[in-house]
Amino acid sequence: MATREIAGKTVQVDEEGFMTVPAEWSKEIAVEIAREEGITELTPAHWKVIDFCRQDGVASGKSPTLRRITTQAGVSTKDLFALFPKGPAKKVSRISGLGKPEGCV
Amino acid sequence: MTEENRHVAFICSKGSLDMVYPALVMGWAALGQGIDVTLFFTFWGMDMIRKDRVENLEISAVANPSMKMSMMGVPGNLGIPNFIGIVPGMTAVATKLMKDKMTKLEVPTVPEYLAMLCDAGARLYACKMSVDMFNLKDEDLIDCVGSVVTASDFMDMTEGAQVIFI
Repeated sequence: MATREIAGKTVQVDEEGFMTVPAEWSKEIAVEIAREEGITELTPAHWKVIDFCRQDGVASGKSPTLRRITTQAGVSTKDLFALFPKGPAKKVSRISGLGKPEGCV
Repeated sequence: MTEENRHVAFICSKGSLDMVYPALVMGWAALGQGIDVTLFFTFWGMDMIRKDRVENLEISAVANPSMKMSMMGVPGNLGIPNFIGIVPGMTAVATKLMKDKMTKLEVPTVPEYLAMLCDAGARLYACKMSVDMFNLKDEDLIDCVGSVVTASDFMDMTEGAQVIFI
C-alpha cells in the first residue's frame, strides 16, 4: 500500500490517491486535498457536505453517493455541483478521506 | 490549459421504462466526474420530456424475452409467454414490478432523475422533427429542456463529443 504526505502527516492511499484509512483523516488534510482539487477555500457550505460524508462514510464504511448526499445532508444538487465544480463525485470522497464512491446514483 | 473537457452526448430514442434509464444513469455518472453531458430526445424518447407522459412510462412483457417469470417470484428462467403479455393490464403489472424494484434500490424516478441531471448542468434538447411529428409545443415539454433543435444543430453542438445512441 502506498503512502503519501499530506499536511505534514503520512497517510495510506490507494493507486488512485484515495485515502484508505478514514481515521488518518484530519481537517487540515481536507483543506490541503481541496486545494489540490482546485477549491481554494472550504466554506461552511463545503463543511456541511464534508461533515456529512465523514459521519456517513465512517459509519457505513463506504463513501456516500452524490444522490445520498443530496437527499440525506439536505444539500441541493445545484449547490453540490457549484461547491465542488467539475465532478463532485470523486472530489468530495477524496476531500473527506474516504474511498471512491461505489454506487451508480 | 486549453484542453477541451470530455463531452458525452446521449441520443434518447426510446420511451419504454427499461430504455430510458441507461442515459439517465450514465449521464449522472458522467456529470459526477466532471464530464459535459448533452441529452437529445427524439422519436419515442420524446416521452421522457413530455409533461403528460414522463410520469407514466411503461414496460411491456410482449416480445421481451429477457423478462422472465422470476420477476413475479417464479423460480428459474421461465419466460413470460407473449400471450400473457397481451392480456389487458399486463403492461401495468410489468411496469409496477419494475418500478417497485427500482424504488427498493433507491433509484430515482424518471422526472427526478431528469431534474437532477438538469441541476447538475446537463443540456437537454428536443428533436425538431419529432416535435413537429407529434404536434408538440414548447409548453408540452418539461422545463429543463433547453430548446428544440434540428439534426444539424445537434451535429454542431456535439462536435468532438462521444455520442451514444439509445
